[in-house]
Amino acid sequence: MRQYLSGNKAAAEGARLAEVKVVAAYPITPQTSIVEYLASFVANGELAAEMIPVESEHSAISATYGASLTGVRTFVASSSQGLALMHEALFMASGLRLPIVMAIANRALASPVTIFTDHQDSLAQRDTGWLQFYVEDCQEVLDTILIAYRVAEDCRVLLPIMVCFDGFYVSHISEPVDVPDVAQVREFLPEFKANYPVLDIANPKMFNVMAFPQFFEEFQRDKHESMVGSEQVIKEAMLDFERIFNRSYSMIETYCTEDADIIIAGLGSMMGTVRTAIDQLRSTGLKIGMAKIKSFRPFPYQDLAQALKGAKVIGILDRDISPGSTGIVYQEVLATLQETPNKCIVDFVLGLGGRDVTIDTIEKATGILEQVLSGSELKRRVIWVDENREVLDIWKVGETNVG
Amino acid sequence: MSVRIKDLPLEEVVAPGRGGCPGCAAVIGARMVTKIAGQNTIMVNSTGCMCVNYGYAGAPLFPYVHSLFENAGAVASGIDAALKADNRRDDINLIVYAGDGGTVDIGFQALSGAVERGHRFLYICYDNEGYMNTGVQRSGATPYGASTTTSPLGKISKGESRPLSRRKDMVRVMAAHGIPYTATASIAYPLDFMRKVQTALAIDGPTYIHLLSPCSIGWGIDPKDTVKVARMAVQTSFAPLYEITGGRQFKVNLRPVNLKPVQEYLSMQKRFRHLLDDPIELDIIQRAVDENWTYLSNC
Repeated sequence: MRQYLSGNKAAAEGARLAEVKVVAAYPITPQTSIVEYLASFVANGELAAEMIPVESEHSAISATYGASLTGVRTFVASSSQGLALMHEALFMASGLRLPIVMAIANRALASPVTIFTDHQDSLAQRDTGWLQFYVEDCQEVLDTILIAYRVAEDCRVLLPIMVCFDGFYVSHISEPVDVPDVAQVREFLPEFKANYPVLDIANPKMFNVMAFPQFFEEFQRDKHESMVGSEQVIKEAMLDFERIFNRSYSMIETYCTEDADIIIAGLGSMMGTVRTAIDQLRSTGLKIGMAKIKSFRPFPYQDLAQALKGAKVIGILDRDISPGSTGIVYQEVLATLQETPNKCIVDFVLGLGGRDVTIDTIEKATGILEQVLSGSELKRRVIWVDENREVLDIWKVGETNVG
Repeated sequence: MSVRIKDLPLEEVVAPGRGGCPGCAAVIGARMVTKIAGQNTIMVNSTGCMCVNYGYAGAPLFPYVHSLFENAGAVASGIDAALKADNRRDDINLIVYAGDGGTVDIGFQALSGAVERGHRFLYICYDNEGYMNTGVQRSGATPYGASTTTSPLGKISKGESRPLSRRKDMVRVMAAHGIPYTATASIAYPLDFMRKVQTALAIDGPTYIHLLSPCSIGWGIDPKDTVKVARMAVQTSFAPLYEITGGRQFKVNLRPVNLKPVQEYLSMQKRFRHLLDDPIELDIIQRAVDENWTYLSNC
């Protein structure tokens, strides 16, 4: 049934349709309404689940892994500072190989304080052993949560998954969303039954015991190889999703890349803006395309290399920064293209702390990419494409005018 | 409720082969707990001595998870909720067995949240009064005057400086949450301890037991004397045995006929030896112990 849903409502609908049994979450802007919707589903008998209104984000993920380890389907949601507080326990969830799905309404991290979006919060968790999907709109939020459960629970994967979408731009914007019926969802995502050891009186096992040096590395390797192998499982799940729901997704989504000299790549809702900008730029004769990276973990190196194959210049949009290095997505793309040296790859850092990424921003970045295409050399490794020069000149730490 | 030795099962649910120190009171306590709880138990350990104890060759014969240091209460919340959601809750004993560091200090928030929400579980803190697994550092449960590696004896220090009267009193703190049942216990009084475990497990709600667990390494006692030291803690009223029902109803379980001077307890432990010939310090401790005992006796 078609409904008018915000990203947060779509996430909650995804969890409801997945018939999760335990939800533990803590309020944090802009994630909060996901938990409120789920609480209301439970209160109205629309979802037969236990809600745990925990006292912190650390306890949210801890209660979730406790529940998941007991052998039921679980859901959790977070953002920003809350996700950072979860950091330690995220490794537990992946180390215990628990198929938890977490919705993340992306938001920047303090200090200074902000409630607005960028990808720093989830990208800072990229090495925790969770799969990470970045989505663009409300429909994709709902669909990807269903895909995430299917992938996480596959015995070839058994790893937790984050479904990330931009705070406010997606979490609080409403769009028409096709909400499938439960029977259709059950065909795609069967009732959960843990076919691996859990906390079970009939089959007692110990979890999270000591692994000495002769074992520890193999646990990590297995996690890594399962994540790499999950590419195949994700593709199968997406194909099956298309068969049942008639909506198609891929780990790398391309737009106008076939003949493109310039390709822009990045994550999240701003890629919708890029698509529109490309239409405008193409009308001026520029051969430009886009590669949206939906799956950041596992990182689909081959698919991305294939998508970028024909481009001469590649612009990476990083809604994040690894201070002292570059944007984080840029590093991954460099690793992807290490064997194809005849390309120029430019890193744009933009849209931090909710700064709007507009068609103008994309056109400005494209202007720089055009210069590179015609042979100009860049002075800086990281381009702050939408910089506010006035603030930058005032805000110099250590100078007397800062107070 | 009462527990009789002849009714206890012969089977051992905590299997041999653990990595515990000789005379470890936490292991003795775990054995007593499992004599009552049996195999129909899910156990959560926060990081501490017991997760190392269990984590080697000898496995407990019930489902077990070592959580993290600060989140045992939250992990137990998740297990409780999952068992309920899965219609498996009724007859399973859900027990957290955690040290004082994981309870009084770093795990306090998660514990407080879990009992406030009313999850059904028994939380047992085995209190060895410091971070003994990491080499004897002080915790919020370390008593006044005790020498630890982070409250060491020095030219201007006499060990832990926080007065005994301001040590975090977890049993009363937990009772202040209004939960159905909280109690202190001692490995030297096994029938009392096991009755308390039995009482707590029968309650459909959060319960808390604080078990004093002498540590041969951290306290400087001979491993064979663990139980003796635990008994003396009760007989001097340094660690009285009492329980609080419904958050309000106090009951002292054991009133020693002749209370012994606290010096007899302190002198059994090397961590206090610098105080033994210091009458002023001994008097400070004795008065704090007396005040607490008087308070309890009047509750």
